[in-house]
Amino acid sequence: MASQILQSQQDEAALEAEGQAYFDRIISEDSRIEPRDWMPAGYRKTLLRQISQHAHSEIIGMQPEANWISRAPSLKRKAILMAKVQDEAGHGLYLYSAAETLGQSRDQMMDDLIAGKARYSSIFNYPALTWADMGAIGWLVDGAAICNQVPLCRASYGPYGRAMVRICKEESFHQRQGFEILLELANGTPEQKQMAQDAVNRWYAPSLMMFGPPDDDSPNSKQSMAWNIKRFSNDELRSRFVGMMVEQVRILGLTLPDSEVRFNEETRKWEHGPLDWDEFKEVLDGRGPCNAQRLERRRKAHDNGAWVREAAAAYAEKQSRKQAEKELAA
Amino acid sequence: MKPPHGNPEMPASAGGGSDSSSAPTETTTQAPTDAPTNSTATAPGTTSPEATPQSQAQTGQGHRSAWPLWEVFVRSSRGLSHVHAGSLHAPDAAMALRNARDLYTRRNEGVSIWVVPADAIASSDPDAKGAFFESPQGKDYRHATYYTKSEGVKHL
Repeated sequence: MASQILQSQQDEAALEAEGQAYFDRIISEDSRIEPRDWMPAGYRKTLLRQISQHAHSEIIGMQPEANWISRAPSLKRKAILMAKVQDEAGHGLYLYSAAETLGQSRDQMMDDLIAGKARYSSIFNYPALTWADMGAIGWLVDGAAICNQVPLCRASYGPYGRAMVRICKEESFHQRQGFEILLELANGTPEQKQMAQDAVNRWYAPSLMMFGPPDDDSPNSKQSMAWNIKRFSNDELRSRFVGMMVEQVRILGLTLPDSEVRFNEETRKWEHGPLDWDEFKEVLDGRGPCNAQRLERRRKAHDNGAWVREAAAAYAEKQSRKQAEKELAA
Repeated sequence: MKPPHGNPEMPASAGGGSDSSSAPTETTTQAPTDAPTNSTATAPGTTSPEATPQSQAQTGQGHRSAWPLWEVFVRSSRGLSHVHAGSLHAPDAAMALRNARDLYTRRNEGVSIWVVPADAIASSDPDAKGAFFESPQGKDYRHATYYTKSEGVKHL
């Protein structure tokens, strides 16, 4: 008996070693892991956390913009904003699908979000105060997201990479429409230009913090890079983003609210002023300006949609019953 | 009622007026398959061919079951094959098609869509790995490039 247990433990260990070797080879070849491959528990857990947080961010991210659809200044702007919000919903769904392949049910993820157990990007807990914020969100927030997401198209987990390819194709519309909103305001009346500058001032630092904590305070980054999930460090991506914004803000005729932005000739990297990481942690832990409001809205939307889900299920059930009766009669 | 051009985004109050603890009860967020009849008996399961054995175990464990999973295939233009685009949840085929249209063809990506219940797809055993695909190994003669003596001969 004891020897049988020992035997099965040995078999399991052998299987695990074989799986690990296979996994290591795939990663070292920079190939892709697919859902039914063996993978280390930590790899699965890391991906599940990252992908589900990313999905939640897309879903919560609909809110600041959806709030402005009815107040957008023209029919064209309303239509654009609706298309963008619809995209965000789509991005959330692509990502939930990818997360599901790791063994988490979608309902569980939805429940975790509504219950306030799941995290999402801190950026969406800041309020969008004026129409110019729609511009700043598109330009800065979606811009930062693109910087982050383009390398994720090559993430070692197949379903995640494929979802990111789809998302990145759609994000560039988001950033360009934001840029255009700001450009028009910046070329408008002095008040409009001031409104655009004010929005850029408020969204600049939060968008830099979207890349996550500095490298020396980001314990999971190293492992994620070893697993080919992340391709570049947080600081590396942030520096690249700052460089791009420096160029683009000139075309807007606005300024970045950061007197310490400079290109370091030695490191060949862009540098920026200090960021308030205490604020970042506070917001992430649920104490930002809009956390409660965002979750409440999500809960209400979920509850308000209950009758639709029920009706669709009842209809599907009725149809399949009718079909079964028909087949029985035939 | 908010005025039409009021600030829609001003936080209800600095800390958020409504406390997150005032969550609606679980019962109000129940998924549709709590419907009186057993709709899952005729509906496809919720596991994808991509799903892991672990997920099958998890989703089978009495967690309120949701709409089944469908795999979506899109034909991008006439003359091309349908290609797997992704997956989605829907209560039936008609809704799956509509959702697939909204989710995967917002920018003219397709002229035709297939939706397939995920659990209707049979797939090769991932544990068999190489073995299942062994037979073409060492059979270079199945490729045109194997035949080198005809190099330089025109139209061959």
